[in-house]
Amino acid sequence: MLDALADPTRRAVLDLVRQRPRSVSEIAAELPVSRPAVSQHLRALKQARLVQDHAAGTRRIYSLDPHGLAALRDYADQLWQTAMASFVEYAEREHGASLPDRSPADRSPGQPPTQSPHENPGGAP
Amino acid sequence: MTSQATRPIAPVVVDVTVRVPIAVAFHAFTADFHRWWPASHHVGAQDPETVVLEPFPGGRWFERAPDGAECLWGEVVAWEPPHRILLAWGLDGTWTYRAGQENASQVEVRFTALPDGATRVVLEHSGFEAHGATATTLRDGVGSEGGWASLLALYARFAADEPSP
Repeated sequence: MLDALADPTRRAVLDLVRQRPRSVSEIAAELPVSRPAVSQHLRALKQARLVQDHAAGTRRIYSLDPHGLAALRDYADQLWQTAMASFVEYAEREHGASLPDRSPADRSPGQPPTQSPHENPGGAP
Repeated sequence: MTSQATRPIAPVVVDVTVRVPIAVAFHAFTADFHRWWPASHHVGAQDPETVVLEPFPGGRWFERAPDGAECLWGEVVAWEPPHRILLAWGLDGTWTYRAGQENASQVEVRFTALPDGATRVVLEHSGFEAHGATATTLRDGVGSEGGWASLLALYARFAADEPSP
């Protein structure tokens, strides 16, 4: 498995930004590190596309960059699509023997609704 | 939330129809979770022997390896057979579990009986922002590549393992 974070301060900076958008000063006020150190962490996080920033008057406000999260979301999307297809196949194979086969896109709504004849909890343990 | 140029992360929604009655669908999804979950996705080093959803609010959601080692995925928030479960997903993009509601996204599964005897099952996974702090884990874990490339590598590995339909 991949290791946990190498740098707990950088993770703390990212956590603060994740909670709500903040300026460098606001972040430094929460941590036992200097403003230049915070800026350095923010630069690294920005380079990794984990945070983004925008100007608000004379300050820069740092916020979570949605690209990293969007990639995670897309990964979850593919995972659940596959998992749910597997669930349907499993449930129908184990418990839906009375119903005819169908393609994934075909619902065959005209089929007579034969209730599942066996409710036993499942096949081999 | 302050107004800013941050796009919200859309939830994942998967909507399927399973041709079994609702109670059977609920049982198959929950009690038999380990029998259909894609085998390549697990937290521990070994392929799990089983994945358990403890059937009550506050119940654990975890995998157990053949040697007995247990790895948490999250917890059960709501348990309302046969219509609904709500789960907290505590795994980040590297499949590392982090405790606490603030580090969990939500997986809601709703079951609806259809007139023809089948069941509609809708899964919604939302709240990915909770995993925002984990992207650094992705980056640091494989050294110089960066969180984005690491996640894409994980994605590519998953796609390669995907069984043919």
